[in-house]
Amino acid sequence: MEIVMALVIGFLYAAALYMMLRRSIVKLVIGLVLLSNAANLLIFTAAGLVRGAPPLIYPGDLVPPGVSADPLAQALILTAIVIGFGVLAFAVVLIHRAYEVVGADDMDKMKDTDT
Amino acid sequence: MSAYMNALVALPVILPLLAGALSLAFWRSSAAQKLLGVFGTLALLVVSVHLLFETWEHDHIVMHMGSWHAPFGIVLVSDMLAAIMVVLTGIIGLATAVYSLSDIGTRHERFGYYPLFHLLLAGVNGAFLTGDIFNLYVWFEVMLVASFALLILGGERAQMEGAIKYVTLNLVSSMLFLTAIGLLYGLTGTLNMADIAVRLAEVEDTGLVTVIAMLFMVSFGIKAAAFPFFFWLPASYHTPKVAVSALFAGMLTKVGVYALYRVFTLIFNQDVDYTHEILLWIAMLTMLTGVLGAAAQFEFRRILSFHIISQIGYMILGLALFTPLAIVGGVFYIMHHIIVKANLFLISGLTYQLKGSHELRELGGLYRSHPMLAVLFMVPALSLAGLPPLSGFFAKFIIIRAGIEVEAWLAVAVALVVGLLTLYSMVKIWNEVFWKAQPAGFGQTPTPVRPLFWMWPPIVGLALMTVMIGLYGQPIFEMAELSAEQLLDTSRYIEAVLGADYVESLQEMRR
Repeated sequence: MEIVMALVIGFLYAAALYMMLRRSIVKLVIGLVLLSNAANLLIFTAAGLVRGAPPLIYPGDLVPPGVSADPLAQALILTAIVIGFGVLAFAVVLIHRAYEVVGADDMDKMKDTDT
Repeated sequence: MSAYMNALVALPVILPLLAGALSLAFWRSSAAQKLLGVFGTLALLVVSVHLLFETWEHDHIVMHMGSWHAPFGIVLVSDMLAAIMVVLTGIIGLATAVYSLSDIGTRHERFGYYPLFHLLLAGVNGAFLTGDIFNLYVWFEVMLVASFALLILGGERAQMEGAIKYVTLNLVSSMLFLTAIGLLYGLTGTLNMADIAVRLAEVEDTGLVTVIAMLFMVSFGIKAAAFPFFFWLPASYHTPKVAVSALFAGMLTKVGVYALYRVFTLIFNQDVDYTHEILLWIAMLTMLTGVLGAAAQFEFRRILSFHIISQIGYMILGLALFTPLAIVGGVFYIMHHIIVKANLFLISGLTYQLKGSHELRELGGLYRSHPMLAVLFMVPALSLAGLPPLSGFFAKFIIIRAGIEVEAWLAVAVALVVGLLTLYSMVKIWNEVFWKAQPAGFGQTPTPVRPLFWMWPPIVGLALMTVMIGLYGQPIFEMAELSAEQLLDTSRYIEAVLGADYVESLQEMRR
């Protein structure tokens, strides 16, 4: 299962970078979305994939029985998703405004500040 | 540790958050927001200076949030480096808040300038104080979101273009940071930085550790605007309001430098030969490309932006040489640089208000009309270039001395040449803006949005600080020395965070 996840994550990173290297700013944002999802999946996989073992502690015990899934990694991902969503919302508004001001969906036309 | 000390560590984060929330509540009242801006940052400065003295006395002050003991809960840790950075945030916060009284008009206030300003300060302080690597990511994001919004405040074309580059590269950096955290967590099973440092020593797969170290280096390198990741900085820093530029120039890249210092002293100190050799080359190339980029520019703030990059090189050089003296020099350099660089940006704003342009070609004659301003410019400009007896001289002197001690001749040569080229840039600004006659057809004073009076006190104050650091450098040097001691002797940090019992039990488990 880890192999499959690794391949998926690698593909997502590659796709994200490819999208970000395009000239269109819309594709740039799509690239950012893919990148944040890839990072989240990576945390999920790196923390260890455990199936069907919720980290529940039975009454009276101090630790969950046997091997259980790691809840901390999922908490991290949840936080990262929320942050990623907020930042994405900002990025979408930003490219919309940039499109209005510059009048083009093209990074090559946005060189005013580079000279 | 008493409850008061616990609260003291959290206050530099809580105060700006509170001030920001109150500013939001007083959305309609410009006067209330301004008062909150000035007095909120003043309170922050007072608290952070107090924190610095307490940290000086107690070595490390650790707060376990919600009484969840490390390594399970999130900790706030104040060591000398963090406390120094928090004080600098307070200083720059207060200076820009006062400056904003003149610089920020009603229109920008309506867009929510003050709440965002406080949020940025909270994010910066949180990043300095946290002892948890994922929490560091969260504070980075808080800081970034606030900086995004401040950057595009006003919505001009240049701002949009600059912002797209700034946002993209900083988000890529954040994602690399998150990736590295994920891998590090998979390797060690903990997020507490002290705990990571302990557990990483046991990891046998050193190759993977180095890979993670490189991910951190690239991620923080982008945030610190190090070579070859700095392109977002000169594309965006000259676009927002000057008060915002000054705040960014003072604090934001230095958060990246701080993170490099923290991570590459505490966590990744296994393979110093490899990682710090790379840092050394990054440092030299950052210094060179930054200063050469500045030489080609003829816009006031763009010259200053490129100089941020070249100065970042000196700070990374201090870390890369990795001797006690070099770290002292690096920390001293950070202190000197933040004050000087923010001041130069503030001065560029004042010249704009007087002459209506940021282009060197269109400026001139300010020495004749405003000799005081010319003097005030000379202080930080010469300090940046490293002329004695100003603060920059001692900062450069310590780092170069450390370089000579370890016989890193190339780095020493680069540092000296870059100092000279910095002087060239500063003299260029001096000649064009202050010395030459006002070119005909330009120099119309724009109608100011507010009276200019409040621009002067921050400039004078920061210039005085630059002189004072130069003339009475001893206590500053001692602070830097103590912080270097703490950074290099990681066991002190680890024991302060985790407690001696925990470290002992871990060592027993290893046996």
